[in-house]
Amino acid sequence: MAKIHVTTTVNGEPVEFLCEPQQSMLDVLRGPLGLTGSKEGCGSGDCGACSITLDGRLICSCLMLAVEAEGHEIGTIEGMASGDGLHPLQQKFLEMAALQCGICTPGVLIAARALLEKNPDPTETEVRFGLAGNLCRCTGYDKIVRAVLETAAEMRGAKAEMPEAVR
Amino acid sequence: MTDIRYLAPGTLDEAVGAYAAAAGAARILAGGTDLLVQMRAGVVRPGLIVDIKKIAEMTTIEETPEGGFRIGAAVSGARLAEHPRFGKVWPGVLEGINLIGSKQVQGRASPGGNLCNASPAGDSVPAMIAAGAVVTIQGPNGRRQMPVEAVPAGPGRTNLAPGEILVSFTLPPQPAGTGDAYLRMIPRTEMDIAVVGCGACITLEDGVVTQARIGLGAVAPTPLLVGPAAAALIGSRLEEAALAAAAAACSAACRPIDDKRGTIAYRTKVAGVLLRRCVAIAADRAGRA
Ligand SMILES: Cc1cc2nc3c(=O)[nH]c(=O)nc-3n(C[C@H](O)[C@H](O)[C@H](O)COP(=O)(O)OP(=O)(O)OC[C@H]3O[C@@H](n4cnc5c(N)ncnc54)[C@H](O)[C@@H]3O)c2cc1C
Ligand code: FES
Ligand code: FES
Repeated sequence: MAKIHVTTTVNGEPVEFLCEPQQSMLDVLRGPLGLTGSKEGCGSGDCGACSITLDGRLICSCLMLAVEAEGHEIGTIEGMASGDGLHPLQQKFLEMAALQCGICTPGVLIAARALLEKNPDPTETEVRFGLAGNLCRCTGYDKIVRAVLETAAEMRGAKAEMPEAVR
Repeated sequence: MTDIRYLAPGTLDEAVGAYAAAAGAARILAGGTDLLVQMRAGVVRPGLIVDIKKIAEMTTIEETPEGGFRIGAAVSGARLAEHPRFGKVWPGVLEGINLIGSKQVQGRASPGGNLCNASPAGDSVPAMIAAGAVVTIQGPNGRRQMPVEAVPAGPGRTNLAPGEILVSFTLPPQPAGTGDAYLRMIPRTEMDIAVVGCGACITLEDGVVTQARIGLGAVAPTPLLVGPAAAALIGSRLEEAALAAAAAACSAACRPIDDKRGTIAYRTKVAGVLLRRCVAIAADRAGRA
């Protein structure tokens, strides 16, 4: 069967790949593109381990066909740290040990970043609802929720300290 | 699963042409949150996937000149939530759509997919019914319209003819003093399937109900428009007698199944309870509208 040629953008870089029509975005990320940060927990939209952004919106890459990436922008966990600096969420997850086995962590981080972009000052309830699509078998969620709240507070503080012009 | 083809046409005519030509072997792809799960489980094995998200009419939200809304069938819940006005005018419809799955699922799930997947428990449907939404459908024989409640035919089945695609939802302009709401009963707080869902849309004039529409989900093979419940409310000031009659009408309309989520008796009772709670929210919003 003829493979389909797809031209897209992944973490800001132009990318081309060949895929089968029914192949998921997650398969292509982890396989041909070698971006194995996104994990497959369930393949059915329930666990969130495969979370990515599509044109800036949070989605499950297991429930997206790779061919659908044509002309769109994909964001994965590999694009979360900038240069050699970790994203504040990544840094805080390390400091507060908000992970154990780490399988859920890339998805949680992507979802948490999407949450804070929309709502820089979430309540604990809002964080729990915002991350309801991410299952974690290890942490019991509490450390994750606290790390997200703590990061949000820090990021708001950092923003408040910035000069008006760059906020 | 060999020989699947994928098409993403830019126009509705091309989409209908390809969809109709493939007869039963083709499936429409909107957000894929039902279709791709079903394909992976091997329940559905399409020969052709027609992705409708490159068709402008199916992915746009617009306010009509008369003050109604037209929502493309493939618009995602996340996009609808980002719309500056929609959630202010139709908070209940938005609640229904935004209850579908997680934030990740919201990034893709569409009201068209929710309706055409034809689950009796689809969360956007009772609120759309209450809102009086009308769908536009296009097929090989042209365009037609039908009320939202006429689309589902039974679990997993719709009344769309072969080759027909759901194009958009039109929500009518609201009279002053209108409010809507959607509530569902689930055993947890997120990520579950409705045991009962109830949508209400109420118009108040000096405290008297002048118009009402009630939709119920997960209590029959298809979501229901419950005319007798609305009739019990119209003309009332939402006194206890009117609410009791409307709740009884909701319970009477139920033809539910027994399953692990709820028994027949439970669903029937909860339909009445949700009606009262949902009408209270809709009336409060109507009072402020
Ligand atoms: C983890 C998870 C949680 C979920 N939670 C909920 C929930 O709480 N409540 C709920 O109601 N649902 C839930 N769902 C189901 C699903 O997300 C919704 O039904 C959603 O609205 C489907 O929309 P979609 O755009 O993804 O549809 P798709 O999967 O693209 O399509 C669904 C079906 O409709 C057909 N179709 C789609 N668009 C059209 C059209 N325009 N014309 C004709 N046919 C069409 C498709 O061929 C397919 O058969 C959940 C799903 C997942 C994976
Ligand atoms: S692998 Fe995609 S949600 Fe679980
Ligand atoms: S850290 Fe192991 S699943 Fe979350």
